[in-house]
Amino acid sequence: MGEVIVITSGKGGVGKTTTTANLGTGLALKGKKVVLVDTDIGLRNLDVVMGLENRIVYDLVDVVEGTCRVKQALIKDKRYDGLYLLPAAQTRDKTAVNPEQMIKLCEELKAEFDFIIVDCPAGIEQGFKNAIAGASKAIVVTTPEVSAVRDADRIIGLLEANELRNPKLLINRVRIDMVKRGDMMTIDDIVDILAIDIIGVVPDDEKIVVSTNKGEPAVNDSKSLAGEAYRNITRRILGEDIPLLSLENDDGFVFKLKKLFGLKTN
Amino acid sequence: MLLDLSKLFGRSKTSKDVAKERLKLVLIHDRANVSPQFLEMVKGEIIKVIQNYMEIDESALDLQITRTKSEDGDSIVPALVANIPIKNVKNSGK
Repeated sequence: MGEVIVITSGKGGVGKTTTTANLGTGLALKGKKVVLVDTDIGLRNLDVVMGLENRIVYDLVDVVEGTCRVKQALIKDKRYDGLYLLPAAQTRDKTAVNPEQMIKLCEELKAEFDFIIVDCPAGIEQGFKNAIAGASKAIVVTTPEVSAVRDADRIIGLLEANELRNPKLLINRVRIDMVKRGDMMTIDDIVDILAIDIIGVVPDDEKIVVSTNKGEPAVNDSKSLAGEAYRNITRRILGEDIPLLSLENDDGFVFKLKKLFGLKTN
Repeated sequence: MLLDLSKLFGRSKTSKDVAKERLKLVLIHDRANVSPQFLEMVKGEIIKVIQNYMEIDESALDLQITRTKSEDGDSIVPALVANIPIKNVKNSGK
């Protein structure tokens, strides 16, 4: 039986879709059978981030409306064994699907896949309710900014109100240089405020923009620091005990410098 | 550690300290879930208690969660502020 994990945040633009693409690809690279479900109906993007936009025939709405079978709508990612995408519809809106339909769909997918990673739209309305309906675990993505952390807090409250206990926090786009000069909240500051367990910290990395340009998740790029962070998070999802990337101490700085010069870091 | 040192030398707060402080306050407000219904409930209870001692103008009672300077004057703290117009004080209390 597979596990349904929803990637959510409240605020838009913090990296939900990038996180979904990277964690899903990371899990597939670890030999798991994974399906990524884009629930951002009307504003789909997981397809382009994954580089699968040209292969869409059917979508999520077609599946729930019975226009096609689930298997017909799944796009197999030929680069990674065991990785599939169920794209969102682009010409409909969030009301085209309801939570009951999502629960049913997730149940069906659970029989086929090890992991179902659901990319949640921004906001707390119908799209959010759909995305979390079938999930048993949640990862809340935030960035070290007041607006994103505030929205994350609201989302954590809503997840718990919907029986999704113990959501895990992913802090994205951390800039070590800014943290060092006191111009960015530290991991501890954010964990202190939100009071939930952390699953990972992803540094701000230009390579994410490059990988999104190409439609190739950075998790498969051995030289990307963000990719390394996503690889670590993938292993944590699989139950391994991996320490956080040291971003805040001197080791972290040296680590980053070494990375910069392409030296081996371990 | 770095933070403690900078405080020792009287350096001004970093922007992340400001961010953290502002966030903490705004979250107290957010988490209190200050819906109109919530405030109406609090209002109702307060009226009940106060009416044992004085006659008040219920329609003009104003209740808000707001921010105010703390006693020591340095920080801002959340506060429940009630403006309750008194019509008459009952004499039974002594």
